[in-house]
Amino acid sequence: MAKPRLAVWKFASCDGCQLSLLDCEDELLAVAGAVDLAYFPEASSDMQPGPYDLSLVEGSITTTHDAERILEVRRQSRVVITIGACATAGGIQALRNFADVEEFTRAVYATPAYIKTLKTSTPIADHIHVDFELRGCPINKYQLLEVINAFLHGRKPLVRAHSVCVECKRKGTVCVTVARGEPCLGPVTHGGCGALCPSYHRGCFGCYGPKELPNTSSLAHWARTELGASDADIARLYHNFNAWSEPFRQEGQRDG
Amino acid sequence: MAEQRTIKVDYMARVEGEGALDVLIEDQEVKDVKLRIFEPPRFFEAFLRGRSFMEAPDITARICGICPVAYQMSAVHAMEDACGVKVDGPLRALRRLLYCGEWIESHVLHIYMLHAPDFLGKSNVVELAAQHPEIVQRGLRLKKAGNEIVALMGGREIHPINVRVGGFYRIPTPGEFATLAEKLKAARDDALATVAWVKGFEFPDFEQDYEFVSLSHPAEYPFNEGRIVSSRGLNINARDYHEHFAEEHVPHSTALHCRLKARGHYKVGPLARYALNHDLLSPLARQAAQDAGLGRVCCNPFQSIVVRAVETVYAVDEALRILEAAERPHQPCVELRPRAGRGLAATEAPRGLLHHTYELDEQGRITFAQIIPPTSQNQATIEADLRRFIAPRLHLPDDQLRWQCEQAVRNYDPCISCSTHFLKLNVERR
Repeated sequence: MAKPRLAVWKFASCDGCQLSLLDCEDELLAVAGAVDLAYFPEASSDMQPGPYDLSLVEGSITTTHDAERILEVRRQSRVVITIGACATAGGIQALRNFADVEEFTRAVYATPAYIKTLKTSTPIADHIHVDFELRGCPINKYQLLEVINAFLHGRKPLVRAHSVCVECKRKGTVCVTVARGEPCLGPVTHGGCGALCPSYHRGCFGCYGPKELPNTSSLAHWARTELGASDADIARLYHNFNAWSEPFRQEGQRDG
Repeated sequence: MAEQRTIKVDYMARVEGEGALDVLIEDQEVKDVKLRIFEPPRFFEAFLRGRSFMEAPDITARICGICPVAYQMSAVHAMEDACGVKVDGPLRALRRLLYCGEWIESHVLHIYMLHAPDFLGKSNVVELAAQHPEIVQRGLRLKKAGNEIVALMGGREIHPINVRVGGFYRIPTPGEFATLAEKLKAARDDALATVAWVKGFEFPDFEQDYEFVSLSHPAEYPFNEGRIVSSRGLNINARDYHEHFAEEHVPHSTALHCRLKARGHYKVGPLARYALNHDLLSPLARQAAQDAGLGRVCCNPFQSIVVRAVETVYAVDEALRILEAAERPHQPCVELRPRAGRGLAATEAPRGLLHHTYELDEQGRITFAQIIPPTSQNQATIEADLRRFIAPRLHLPDDQLRWQCEQAVRNYDPCISCSTHFLKLNVERR
């Protein structure tokens, strides 16, 4: 039986999420043995045409050209899985969505006329049907392996949707908000990183985006009244790599 | 009528980011070479305005998934410059340790996965593994060793969370350091074996007369600190960068190229660091370079793979030296307060000099940011190399010429996501 054909696509991004696949030093050759790396320009100059069985998509949509290219990716792919905060929420570059992109262009480029960009940076799911979204800035490489493995076996990926707070409790990490008075997005942020920041004595800043039904306002209120955080500090915390995801977008705008 | 021939690479493979290459040949003469970058802009320098100075390392890391530590390091040093604080002693040593990890991870990625396939006629590392599994396994082990340093000091391999203006958030425990040191010992042999492997590749004869630019420090091979020097006599403080370097518009391209105001294009990266700091390599790394047949200066960009391997030996050696030193910081970071002012710093990313400039208001909010990554500094030199490389190879059929041109670009390990956000670019795609 032919091996499933894998494609890896890049849109506006830093490359870090597709690099996660190459960072699977112990598993890379096993993955390469189970799939046919049909299209993965970052790693291979052998770029084969579609159709593909599985497409991993990194990055957000920021140009009209990319808005068209993603439609073609969908047409060529049986399953589309988006990886990382850019693809699932628009990424840090979605901060333009709150600003005047023409002013941004003038600030960075001396000849703004050369720059053709959309006013917004949007997640892939705003443009096409996505079969599964893997969160994180960057994604967790073990979760990526689980997603690929689940695809190969025709089952649902086992990626838990609980908060960073739950991961801290499971690790036995002392709460940075309670013990150190640090503002922390742990209660409202999707797990997946293994509650990394609190184990390094700093508050979560939301790399994995909002968990399901997050009570962002209550957390903001608490940071304001109990920790003395300013509205601007709270707004900045929510408006990071997942700023354009609905709950973080709204909370940041309420506070900002 | 003039005979025209166009060599096009529509999507460069085995480089970071989205770029293309156009070569126009007219009457057996190279008329035009364009390294086109169509990676969409993300506007980091614009949205950094209004953010806190403490957020700069976390945000600028997102410019590049392969070299996030470099962005974090240049950012923290620039912010510390703005605040009038110097981080020294064991904290400084641990930053060096972290940077060693990134050099190893990034260099080994490039050597084994992106560059070596060119020399061996393969399209990727998986094909390479089918023929030489033990070699690829060694590369993966070595890459993992680099990633383990970054994962301990930074919290994770990509976009580390432990880098802070003033130091770190947490210093690892003695037990964590000891475990890491143990894992690294085997990496030294793997790094030496890597040099021995790549030195045997066949390199085209292509010595170039470059002006090399890198940091230079009196006592150490440069990572985080030093003066900016060149092989033609430049010697300046990083704060004076903008007086000597300029970004220029060239007629054939919509991309901004960095130039030395006095002399034009220049080269940053492993070849430049090696040429300007050879004597500061560890004895083991110097010996490895000598055994590989490298002189004190290497001017053939195709041999950059050997220099990267030598720098990998150095980075493993240096990481072990720092790990063996007994002294650890008493505090994870130094106290600092923001103040209104300007901060500038340069550090050595795996691909070369990375310069950051910030202006802050009295609350530490960023009011201006300018970031100059290595790839935009090398872009003019890449194109100049290509012109000279192609001229004696015009007799080759298109597909061979195309393959060799791609390889000539990959010599630079270009990082397009990095450079894009700071270049003028034309997003037209043909």
